[in-house]
Amino acid sequence: MVLIGLALAFELLGWIFVGQSFLLNEQRLVVMILQVSVIGIIAVGVTQVIITGGIDLSSGSVVALTAMVAASLAQSSDAARAVYPSLTDMPVLVPVLAGLAGGAAAGLLNGTLIAWTSIPPFIATLGVMVTARGLAKWYTHGEPVSMLTDRYADIGGGALPVMIFLATALIFHIALRYTRYGKLTYAIGANPQAARVAGIPVTRHLIAVYTIAGTLSGLAGIVTSARAVSGQAGMGTMYELDAIAAAVIGGASLAGGVGRITGTVIGTMILGVVTSGFTFLRIDAYYQEIVKGAIIVVAVIADQYRQRA
Amino acid sequence: MRDGAGDGCLLEVRNVCKAFPGVVALDDVSVRLGRGTVHALSGENGAGKSTLMKIIAGVYAPDAGKLLLNGRDLRLGSPRHALNFGIAMIHQELNLMPYMSVAENIWIRREPINALGLISHRELKRRTRALLERLRIDIDPEAEVRTLPVAARQMVEIARALSYESQLLIMDEPTSALGERDADHLFAIIRELKAQGKGILYITHRLEELFEIADELSVLRDGRYVGGGTPATLTREAIVRMMVGRELPPAAPVGEAQRGAVLLAARHLTLERHFRDVSFELHAGEILGIAGLVGSGRTRLAEALFGLTGVSSGRLSIGDREVKVDSPQSAISHGLAFVTEDRKESGCFLTLSVLENLEISVLHGDFVRFGFVRTRAVSEACTAMCALLRVKTPDLHEPIGNLSGGNQQKVLIGRCLLTRPKILILDEPTRGVDVAAKAEIHQLISRLVGEGTAVLLISSELPEILGMSHRIMVMREGRVTGILERAEADQVKIMDLAAA
Repeated sequence: MVLIGLALAFELLGWIFVGQSFLLNEQRLVVMILQVSVIGIIAVGVTQVIITGGIDLSSGSVVALTAMVAASLAQSSDAARAVYPSLTDMPVLVPVLAGLAGGAAAGLLNGTLIAWTSIPPFIATLGVMVTARGLAKWYTHGEPVSMLTDRYADIGGGALPVMIFLATALIFHIALRYTRYGKLTYAIGANPQAARVAGIPVTRHLIAVYTIAGTLSGLAGIVTSARAVSGQAGMGTMYELDAIAAAVIGGASLAGGVGRITGTVIGTMILGVVTSGFTFLRIDAYYQEIVKGAIIVVAVIADQYRQRA
Repeated sequence: MRDGAGDGCLLEVRNVCKAFPGVVALDDVSVRLGRGTVHALSGENGAGKSTLMKIIAGVYAPDAGKLLLNGRDLRLGSPRHALNFGIAMIHQELNLMPYMSVAENIWIRREPINALGLISHRELKRRTRALLERLRIDIDPEAEVRTLPVAARQMVEIARALSYESQLLIMDEPTSALGERDADHLFAIIRELKAQGKGILYITHRLEELFEIADELSVLRDGRYVGGGTPATLTREAIVRMMVGRELPPAAPVGEAQRGAVLLAARHLTLERHFRDVSFELHAGEILGIAGLVGSGRTRLAEALFGLTGVSSGRLSIGDREVKVDSPQSAISHGLAFVTEDRKESGCFLTLSVLENLEISVLHGDFVRFGFVRTRAVSEACTAMCALLRVKTPDLHEPIGNLSGGNQQKVLIGRCLLTRPKILILDEPTRGVDVAAKAEIHQLISRLVGEGTAVLLISSELPEILGMSHRIMVMREGRVTGILERAEADQVKIMDLAAA
């Protein structure tokens, strides 16, 4: 609803101020989704974490770390100062698996900290966020990793990132709705104490959810570095907040037990429409952020109001 | 308009109506409360008692009708406004701040100020001590509320309400968290308040309490006043009939035990600081009641048996094998099931549907294939369970939070039954449940036991324990003080073993 309203508003403004259609431009639509597909991939994982009643602040830094690791294993032999000179021109599967494994490891660390020490998810993932960013910088002492193979760069080319985003969303939409994994995720978020009494292996399940979220951040790191054809330690800054915003705009409740992947996809699209809509109207980027902030708050207020009515 | 004032009438509720979207919560209800009396309000869950209380306490405004306080028109905008008129409410759910001290909780917003304009902690403590002494409540004013047991918190809540020097007190099921002894203490306080001329509106489900404490009784059903009078002129059966609107089968005491083999044997179970040296046997087809005051270790024992806490020492056998139950999962796999005493806290998934609440413990084996839940098989099993337990719900997809307490409880019992337990542990299975649902739950327990299930029944209500159990184990301060056969047990003997 909000999505359609926003899109139509930009359409109208487009005709008034720019003299062209906002929506009837295939190229712009692809670019629009392309811009947010990385956020979307992360948001699919973060949504699941939020449903368990948790939060993941580490995603943006994990994107940077996995982008670095994956890129370092995807360099071509043309690279003058390769990170691993003996490991150039590797098959594309190697950097991909390394990126996913790096993300999974970060997620496993998040999950283990939270489930075993029962420190709040905010603190645990805040720690991992800072640490992962540090690791990303330490990895090459701040140097970007460039000259990647064409095969690797193809992952970020064309509409492939959009495909990856939508496929991820579909898989976890099904997982949350139709599998035991999904049912347990909702139950733990709705009432962790009751979940324990009902015989749910809460510790193990939380670790699984955070590991999945981490792995998806790793996937996002791969896509980001492939699109930029380089790995940089500053990548993914603030992505965690955009992803959380997408989930929350999509109706996920930070209190846990509530949230849907379809909602998160729409939330992601709303962020995309705002970004490209403002660009299209040639309005400064400053205003974008101001409006984006307002939309997050208004969306949640509207959602609560709707639920009460 | 002064017809209420001269005859000792403190509060008159006249023809009050209140509707919420979709439901009429109160329909033309009138109630009178005299000074120095206790007026009990009874009725099933959803009868409108809480709505009426909230109108009197200023939480809601009535749609029609009016309130008269000392014969004068009373219009309330907020609970704070009601407090200024001397109307204080003690809520069913405790509303205390866990990390603040008893004194801070009681005097919040009214802290004594010293010369510098800062809170005077010495004066705060003195006032609190004086208040608690007057009520003969033995609690340290400086203790943090979270460190207190539930019964003590309830007492703090009561002290806070009284600290407003209110003339009218509303108590919403104040004994639901109290054991027998604390309840008696509360009744003593209530009698003293009566003697001081205060009026008390008292909501309760427990019929025994009506006869013990109430001077007058009003029964609500479906938002209407259906009858009342003084307890002396009413029989228990008459009150129940008014509450449910139909005749009920007498609270089904179970038949003779078809005592089978020993299903569960506990030997010298100990959990440091909670219970010590607990030994008992539970047979197939038997109900073993566990009686004891709050703090006797009953609930801790149940939690330990179900693997929620584990034990420090002792042995446990299920069937003829010695087992180690260290998690609820292993408890369930050994055929145990547990309904907790606190529905909201550790029972229901309030944001989820009836179906999702029912199915959660059986998402394995036949109901799941390759990780995917077999939706149709599960919902068939859950539909059958709802029918068996006569859960009143529009359909399986209704959020459980919209159901009444009794129906929520049935869903939780249904969740346990779906795991096909051999041993069922029920901790206060009828707390906060209306009379009709309570009778149904009792019948269900009897039927399960007839089919060979073993039941461990924990209850603070002695009539329930006496009516349902084949044997009664009494605990005091973490120790078993006696196991009584049904024939020899009565309230006096149990209290004798339970109280220090």
